[in-house]
Amino acid sequence: MKMLTIHNLHARVADKDILRGINLTVNAGEVHAIMGPNGSGKSTLAGVLTGKDAYQVTQGEVLFEGKNLLDMDPEERAGEGVFLAFQHPIEIPGVATNYFLRAALNAVRKYRGQPELDAAAFLKIVNAKMKVLHMPEDLLKRSVNEGFSGGEKKRNEIFQMAVLEPKLCIMDETDSGLDIDALRNVAEGVNALRSKERAMVVITHHQRLLTHLVPDFVHVLSEGRIVKTGGKELALELEAHGYDPIKAGMAPV
Amino acid sequence: MDKTTFTKLFADFDRDASPRYRALRQAARERFASLPLPTTRAEDWRFTSIAPLLEMPFDLPTELRKSVRIADEVLGGGHEKLPLAVSGSMRLTFVNGRLARSLSVAAKPDIYAHTLDLLKVDVPELGQIAAEKENVFTALNTSLLSDGAVIVVPDGKVVEYPIEIVYLSRPGDKSCVGSPRSLVRIGKNAQALVIERFLGERTYFTNAVTEIAVGAGAVLNHVKIQDESATAYHIANTQIVMAARSNFTTHYLSLGGALVRNEVRVRFDGEHAEATVNGLYLASGKQHIDNFTVIDHAQPNCASHELYKGILDDKAHGVFNGKILVRKDAQKTDAKQTNKVLLLSDDATINTKPQLEIFADDVKCTHGATIGQLDAAQLFYLQSRGIPLDAARRLLTFAFANDIVNRVRIEAIREELEARIVR
Repeated sequence: MKMLTIHNLHARVADKDILRGINLTVNAGEVHAIMGPNGSGKSTLAGVLTGKDAYQVTQGEVLFEGKNLLDMDPEERAGEGVFLAFQHPIEIPGVATNYFLRAALNAVRKYRGQPELDAAAFLKIVNAKMKVLHMPEDLLKRSVNEGFSGGEKKRNEIFQMAVLEPKLCIMDETDSGLDIDALRNVAEGVNALRSKERAMVVITHHQRLLTHLVPDFVHVLSEGRIVKTGGKELALELEAHGYDPIKAGMAPV
Repeated sequence: MDKTTFTKLFADFDRDASPRYRALRQAARERFASLPLPTTRAEDWRFTSIAPLLEMPFDLPTELRKSVRIADEVLGGGHEKLPLAVSGSMRLTFVNGRLARSLSVAAKPDIYAHTLDLLKVDVPELGQIAAEKENVFTALNTSLLSDGAVIVVPDGKVVEYPIEIVYLSRPGDKSCVGSPRSLVRIGKNAQALVIERFLGERTYFTNAVTEIAVGAGAVLNHVKIQDESATAYHIANTQIVMAARSNFTTHYLSLGGALVRNEVRVRFDGEHAEATVNGLYLASGKQHIDNFTVIDHAQPNCASHELYKGILDDKAHGVFNGKILVRKDAQKTDAKQTNKVLLLSDDATINTKPQLEIFADDVKCTHGATIGQLDAAQLFYLQSRGIPLDAARRLLTFAFANDIVNRVRIEAIREELEARIVR
C-alpha cells in the first residue's frame, strides 16, 4: 500500500534551490535508505516532510496516505503518523522528559481519536520502551536532551519514536556520533519497530547503520535529485567507491 | 486622588480606627505631607507613571464592620478560593483591612501570631524597619495604620507549618485604598515560612508595607503572591533587616493588578548572612509591573543572590530596577543579580536597569540581564512531536519560569503557578 508519494518536489532555503525534483514512493512495510554527500539535500528533504518553516516548497506535491502533507501543520503531520528523528535534537531546559513525552503522546492520541493516558498507563508504556533502548533510569526526570551526549540524544530520538508509534519513521543521520554499542542499541530499537504497517526512511552518510538495519531500497541523492536507486548492495558500493562515480555518470543538469 | 483629598480621608479614618496607633499615624501624616508624590522625573520612578492612580478617586474601604459578610460573598460562600497552602498551616485573613476570623485559622500556641489591633504589647520594630522617611507610600500606609498581621517566632523555635497572611480587598461602589501591614519577627536561631497573599475584586488601591526582622542565625522563607484584580493598583514595600548569620529567601510572585510596583529592600545588619531574592512576574493586556529592589550590603561577608524572571505578553510593560549597594566596610561581599525576561509579543516592553554602587574593594558582584523570545527551534521540535503550537508555547513559557517555580517550597503554590502559566 502506498504510504508516501513525493512527486517532482522542489524546495528552497532563503534564495537557494536545494531540492530540484524529487520523486519517491514509499510503501508500508518498506525501509528506504537515502544516501548522498553533504549538501545534496538530505536534511532539507526531512525538514520539508515534517514542516520546518525555513523551507519553501516551490513545486511538486507530497501525499501521505492520499492526503496533502504539505498543507498540514507540523503537529498535524505528527498526528497523521509522520515522525522525524532529528539530526541535531533540540535541548529544552526546564521541561522534564516525562512531561514532554506524555504531552506529545496524548496530543497524537487525541488527534488519532484515542483516549488520553493517565500517568500510570503512560509510565507503563514508557518503561517498557525504555528497556528496549537501554535508556538510563533517570531519563524521565531530566530536562529534554539537556546535557545529553550526542549518542544519548540520538537514542532519545528513537525512544520517542518508539513511544509515539508513527507510521512513517524518518531518521536523519541517526547513526552519526554513535559508538558501536550505541549504534547496536539504536538499530535494535529501530528493528523492533519494523512492521508491515510501518515504513522507514533512513537518511545517512554511511552504510554502518544499514548493516544492522537492512534497507529494501537505497537511493542516492545528489544536488537535489535522486540520481540512482538500487537494493541494499548499492550502499556497500557507495561505501567502497564514494559518490563520485555516480555523480560523474549522472545526467547533466 | 491627590494629597489634599487625604486630609479628609485621614479624619474619616480616625473616627473609625482605634486610637492606639494615633501617634504613629500622626507622625507619618506629617512625613506624607512633606514628601512629593513620585513622577517619572525621579530616577527611581523613571519607567513607571502613577498618573492613572492619581486620576482615580479613592475612598476608605466601605463597610468595615461588615467585612466578613463581604468576604463570604466574594468567596461565594465557601472558602475554597482561599486555599491553605498546606494542611495544618495557620492563617490570618484580613478583609478590607480587618481580621476575618471565619476565614482565619488560629495560631498554635508555640508562636505569636496576632493582629496589630489586638496586640497586648507593642512590638518595637513596628515602623522602624520600613523607611518611611523617604518613601511617600510607606508614609501613607502608616498614616492609615490601625490593624495588620504580627508574627513573632520566639528564639530557637522551628515552626513546622506555613504561616499564611491573606489580604483580601473588596470595595463597595467606590474604589478604595487599603493599607495592609505585616510585621514579621523571627527570633534568634528560629525558622519559619511565611506566605503573604494579596487578592481582591473590583477597583482598589493596595498600598502594602511588610516589615521583616530576621534574628541572628535565623532562617526565614518568605513567599509573596500578588494576585490582585485586573483593575487594581498595588504598591508594596517589603523591607527586611537581617542579623548576623541569618538566612532569608523570598519568592516574590506578581500575577495580577493593572499597575503594580513591588519594592523589596534587604539590609544586612550583621556578618555572614545570606539573602536570596527571587521574583517572577507575569503580565499581559496592558498590565504594568515594576520591580524595584535594593540589596544593602552594610556589613562584610554577606551574600545575596537575586534572580528575577518576567513573562510579558500583549502590551504589558515590565520594569526591573535592581540596586546593589556595597558599603565601604562590606568587604568579602558576594552579590549576584540576574534579570531574565521573556517577551511573548512584539508590543510588550521591558525596561531593565542594574544599579551597582560599590564602595568596598574586595568584593564579588555580578549582574546580568537577558531579554528573549520563545525559541523557534524548540517550538518546532515540540510541534514535530504532535504538540499543538499553542500548547508548545505555553510549555516553553513554563520552562522559562520553571527554575523559579521549582524553588518555591510549597507544592500547592508550585501547582498554582504551573496552572497559571500552562493554563
